[in-house]
Amino acid sequence: MSNTLMEPPVQESLQPQPGAPDNWKRFFTFSTDHKVIGIQYIVTAFVFFLFAGLLAMIMRGELLTPESDLVDRTVYNGLFTMHGTLMLFLWTFPMLSGLANYLVPLQIGARDMAFPRLNAVAFWLVPVFGIILTVSFFVPGGPSQSGWWAYPPVSLQNPTGNLINGQFLWLVAVALSGVSSIMGAVNIVTTIIRMRAPGMGWFKMPVFCWTVLSAQLIQLFGLPALTAGAVMLLFDLTVGTSFFNPELGGDPVLYQHFFWFYSHPAVYVIILPIFGVFSEVFPVYARKPLFGYPVVAVSSLIITALGAVVWVHHMFASGTPGWMRMLFMFSTMTISVPTGIKVFAWVATVWGGKIRLNTPMLFALGGLIMWVFAGITGITLGSVPFDIHVNNTYYVVGHFHYVVYGAVVMGFYAAIYHWFPKMTGRMYYEGLGQLHFVLTFIGANLNFFPMHPVGLMGMPRRVASYDPEFAFWNVLASMGAFLLGVSTLPFLLNVLSSWARGPKAGDNPWRAIGLEWMVSSPPPHENFDEIPVVVSAPYGYGGDEPLVASEPEKELVGEYS
Amino acid sequence: MYIRRWFKKRWIVVIIGLAIADILVSVWLGQQSYRWFPPQASAESMLIDDLFSIMTTIGSLIFFGVTGTLLYSMIFQRAPKYDTSDGPPIEGNLKLEVIWTVVPALVIVGIAFASYQTYDRMAVLGTIGPKAMGMQSANAAPVEAPVAAPAAANDPIEVHARQWAWEFYYPQQQVSSTELHLPIDQRALLRLSSEDVLHGFYVPAFRIKQDIIPGREIDFEFTPIREGRYRVRDSDYSGTYFAANQSFVVVESADDYQDWLTMAAAQSPTSAPNRAYEEFKRSRENPIGLGWDTVEPAAPPVVNYDNSDEEAYE
Repeated sequence: MSNTLMEPPVQESLQPQPGAPDNWKRFFTFSTDHKVIGIQYIVTAFVFFLFAGLLAMIMRGELLTPESDLVDRTVYNGLFTMHGTLMLFLWTFPMLSGLANYLVPLQIGARDMAFPRLNAVAFWLVPVFGIILTVSFFVPGGPSQSGWWAYPPVSLQNPTGNLINGQFLWLVAVALSGVSSIMGAVNIVTTIIRMRAPGMGWFKMPVFCWTVLSAQLIQLFGLPALTAGAVMLLFDLTVGTSFFNPELGGDPVLYQHFFWFYSHPAVYVIILPIFGVFSEVFPVYARKPLFGYPVVAVSSLIITALGAVVWVHHMFASGTPGWMRMLFMFSTMTISVPTGIKVFAWVATVWGGKIRLNTPMLFALGGLIMWVFAGITGITLGSVPFDIHVNNTYYVVGHFHYVVYGAVVMGFYAAIYHWFPKMTGRMYYEGLGQLHFVLTFIGANLNFFPMHPVGLMGMPRRVASYDPEFAFWNVLASMGAFLLGVSTLPFLLNVLSSWARGPKAGDNPWRAIGLEWMVSSPPPHENFDEIPVVVSAPYGYGGDEPLVASEPEKELVGEYS
Repeated sequence: MYIRRWFKKRWIVVIIGLAIADILVSVWLGQQSYRWFPPQASAESMLIDDLFSIMTTIGSLIFFGVTGTLLYSMIFQRAPKYDTSDGPPIEGNLKLEVIWTVVPALVIVGIAFASYQTYDRMAVLGTIGPKAMGMQSANAAPVEAPVAAPAAANDPIEVHARQWAWEFYYPQQQVSSTELHLPIDQRALLRLSSEDVLHGFYVPAFRIKQDIIPGREIDFEFTPIREGRYRVRDSDYSGTYFAANQSFVVVESADDYQDWLTMAAAQSPTSAPNRAYEEFKRSRENPIGLGWDTVEPAAPPVVNYDNSDEEAYE
């Protein structure tokens, strides 16, 4: 392996795509390098995360008091619509596309993605629909105010009467997002299926790649439904068709089916790669193999399959007959079994290990604890009679924020800290990382736990004003939200300063096992001089089996190439 | 030898002790869970609270079991500072994996069956009054009403939702009201309809909720069992003044209920106060527009009876 032979000079001649600028400017080009695209995705997504988080903090400011007094009701409704939309379509999806883009080729021993140009196009659509959504704040009538689910008929009510209105832009953006995600999914699925290094059979592939594959398969079968639903709604809104408009004989509940047929599995698109991150992080910092690796890997695909048949649980209180509610209650409950398998496997991985509580491990453990809580409240929500009480209350909001903040954002932070040295060649500052973890963990629980009791008491979600009996819990939640806002500061300080002038990290600071850790940090263009030959399963901690073959002829070729 | 055996035993004692503590805490939380809800004002609420209590117990058992194990590892299984060795290379344990697949699957099936039975009983409970239109599970089972419904002895109370007001209409007495009145311990039959967008009929004290779909009439029934005045909330997002679209339900004795109907029928319809409409008018008077365009609220409902006392409710 050439990169292990020449150590310091390698650090200077990093990265550049031939002919492309060898500095930060490459991140603003139409680069086809999967590592550049990965970082483009992650940074873009994080900018929108901060933006949508700011919207959430304004909302929590409004909810400090029962009365609607900080912003107008229309503004509040616009805020929660855009908060949800931006967080899903411009934070979680692009962020996970970024992680997958960066890591999958490295982990499977490929030089790039299968379709590098398609990859770049898929990314550059993200800023396009991001700008469309941002611009919608400034059109007459403001942005969409019908929630990120955009149920008709509210989404078809157009008080300005203009053709170009917030809802119109919203639908265009969502359709574009769907196109971008489908492009990304085709690319990632093809890459994983076709471009694994020699010797990397399915059960030698890291779990992160398994989970990304499972997630992207969902994009392939689910997104057409959402995109079709969005286009039909767009027609209803602009040219007066009547797919969903009850006044003209359309069926608004049909839209809900279209919407949730994708948007429930979309939750698994978001959470599955985070399961992958947990599966990568725990073995490294517990110094133990992933417990029951093949089962953990396969259970991702089971979640994909089951995720396709549970969408009606979002509609237990909607226009659905009793038999449908019961059927989907049972299917929803079954999905907790493969998820439970994973949780127990992670606990068993950590158990009896030689644990190091570095920042990535702290975030992964914190994320796992919050995920367990979210999973349990999720089962309660799957129970139809109970859901009839808490459906559309803050209990649901609390539940899914434990998923998307507790598990997904924490898992994302775990991933960023874990692979930061690989991506940048620099090490972050451990103290700031741990401070970030403490603030995030306290902030997230303070923000999202009070939503459960207040939901049980009967506070509906999406309200700009509420009855005084809910004030206590709402004040707590708002405090947590502001703390979460503050918690991003040490993170930004940490990554920006260490990216610029952090200590050099070396190729494998965590002594982790995996192909991505065998190349330099950051990896050279096209990653591998010589495609490695994989000979053993991942996570061989505590053993002495090598991960890749070291045949003499390979050594020879490596020397002279 | 002796010490090793002692250690082994102590280990088991600690595990059993922690397991018992977990069970005790979970059972206690399950009991506490009843206090997290509004008052139990319907027969359905008792069933749902029981179900939630069971789920709280099981959920706590799992949550504290899993997090307790993790915390134990985090505290007691840390690697010493300069220790670079690996942990034991345990790759799996078939028996353990089968257990944690089968046991949760059984628990889940159990919860699903308990939920199924609860849902079934919610529909059967309170047999007073006919089943609406011969539906198997009339409660929360919306179907479009047959065109010519026979005028039964108990015509359902019509619930009209609109942006943004609630109006309750008693067809037999031809009484309209912005406050829903129901006799205690009798099956309440409602027919939900919306004039514009999706709304949701939600009474937290009853633990029941049903989306109202424009273009459909949905029959809905339940049994109030506790006198009092409770909140009716719009639960499905309905646009700008959604949060203000609230009303009340009054559960009273059969006599009081009849008296109220007679009294209300004698009153001539007047325009009721309506929060959405008033806020909208005020925002129109404000020269500086701070919000975006909105759908105009419908004019306040004209009803026989209104009571907009915002304070007195449980």
